[in-house]
Amino acid sequence: MTVASAHVAGGGTTHADPAPAGGARKRSWTAYLLLLPGGLWLLLFFVIPLVQLFTVSLQSGFPGYPGYYYRDVNIGNYGTALTEFAGHFGRSLLYAGLATFFAFILAYPLAYAMAFKAGKWRNVMMICVIAPFFTSFILRTIAWRQILADDGPVASTLKFLHLLPGGHITETWMAVVAGLTYNFLPFMVLPIYASLERADARVIEAGGDLYANGFTTFRTVTLPMSMPGVIAGTLLTFIPAAGDYVNADLLGSDRSTKMVGNVIESQFFKVLGGFPVAAALSFTLMALILAMVFLYIRRFGTEELL
Amino acid sequence: MTASTKAAAVGGRRTADGAADTAGGYRPPALQRVRTWFANRFAIIAAIVVLVYLFVPVAYTFVFSFNDYRKSNIVWNGDAGPTLKHWKNPCGAPGVCDALVTSLKVGSIATVVATILGTMLAFALVRHRFRGRSTSNVLIFIPMATPEIVLGASLLTIFVQGFSRFGLRLGFWTIVIAHIMFCISFVVVTVKARLQSLDPRLEEAAQDLYAGPGGTFWRVTFPLVLPGIVGAALLSFSLSFDDFIITNFVSGDETTFPKFVYVSYLRGIPAQANVIGFSMFVIAVALVIAGQVIGNSRRK
Repeated sequence: MTVASAHVAGGGTTHADPAPAGGARKRSWTAYLLLLPGGLWLLLFFVIPLVQLFTVSLQSGFPGYPGYYYRDVNIGNYGTALTEFAGHFGRSLLYAGLATFFAFILAYPLAYAMAFKAGKWRNVMMICVIAPFFTSFILRTIAWRQILADDGPVASTLKFLHLLPGGHITETWMAVVAGLTYNFLPFMVLPIYASLERADARVIEAGGDLYANGFTTFRTVTLPMSMPGVIAGTLLTFIPAAGDYVNADLLGSDRSTKMVGNVIESQFFKVLGGFPVAAALSFTLMALILAMVFLYIRRFGTEELL
Repeated sequence: MTASTKAAAVGGRRTADGAADTAGGYRPPALQRVRTWFANRFAIIAAIVVLVYLFVPVAYTFVFSFNDYRKSNIVWNGDAGPTLKHWKNPCGAPGVCDALVTSLKVGSIATVVATILGTMLAFALVRHRFRGRSTSNVLIFIPMATPEIVLGASLLTIFVQGFSRFGLRLGFWTIVIAHIMFCISFVVVTVKARLQSLDPRLEEAAQDLYAGPGGTFWRVTFPLVLPGIVGAALLSFSLSFDDFIITNFVSGDETTFPKFVYVSYLRGIPAQANVIGFSMFVIAVALVIAGQVIGNSRRK
């Protein structure tokens, strides 16, 4: 109590104090009680399944008995995953990277307008960003397939302008990237909005007052202030996009646009005896993404994420 | 063109030299005025364009809910014209309403459990110092950094090869378990952000006014964190309701609404799916706006 009173007396300095309010005084068993149920859930349904998936990725199949495996340390599954499906990995990373880039370009102005220009419309815009989730992303992706179809409005216009040499959008990488960009856009908008909302608009105005032009103000003031949001947004877009198979399945072609997700899905459900290779593919994908995430976070460093 | 406009502007200013100071003041050249107008509104215009883009497929879904199609709801049947028959009979397609009910049930249970567990975790992480705190932070972050397909695949292997021993079969409850798992991390992140932005002086003031720890929590801390918790619950429900990839791995014979749409895609999606998809969108918007209005009136 005395500590608390001292803090109040101390006025403004309290807020900058990194120690949580009274946290040090609480006995730690409360913390463990709070952690227990959620932690147990994550242990049972996240950690243990991953360990199981890892052991499956090392299993071997009985020759002549597809669908039966025995416990083994068969690193060959990873060899198969990396050599046979290298193209799929490359495509996943490339498409996800492109989609993340386009999503950033589209999301930033929207997040900026929500944070600084929307006024009382702010919450309405927020609803507009989340609400399409309720139409189901499968339905919306199939809608895109019809909108981008060869005789649809977009393809016809591009063909008329001679901007579409192949003559198709669907069944090509363009449709897959467009679908990924569209589907994960809200995951880019929300974190950028959250970090811009916390930023002080007066700092940005100060940039203008000091005779920086619009672009300079954006590059040196606005963008750095929103960096935690941009990092979170790019991760939340890139990761699901790299693991997605629905867009490639519904918008892409049967051969040239398949991503890793499509291979994993078909190895699990359609290829008898495909479990170990599918598990190895999953693990490689996860390791690849986690490595990129940690490098990325280290490079642009933010503690706020973790 | 540019030169002439500039000259005209400059000329205009010169001739009006004496009067300008008293009447209108300085007017920048026309081209510059247009540029400033766009620069000031660029973000708003771009934002509206992006919002329209977000709604294009929703509008498509809406329009095709009126299609009087013969075989599959892909091409607009111009001969028959728009029809209301799918709206009058939204459960007309076999299985579509069962799938919707399953999705709503899964979403509700997963949201309640994930919000409670996630909020507890967020309080522990922000308000307590304990051993393994940074490890817990990483453990909670990693599910968000794991592609859904890996989560689905790992859950499928453990459900089939491990937990089936305890009588757990693929179906409704495995979907619920999986959804709770991936929602927890999003709840923790949302509630944590809210907790961190709280002014600790408010709680200290409550304690100074002789509120006990329980009183401080339920009458000060909790109401302040509540908007974050509500936001987390909304996010959980929308993520659960729209999930397909993980659900597809762990659902067995059970069908949720997204899975229903995906599975019926090859045979042709019934227009009832469009009706339901668009209605859910409208209901969600209406509920959130109603919540906003109630929240605003309470604040007054």
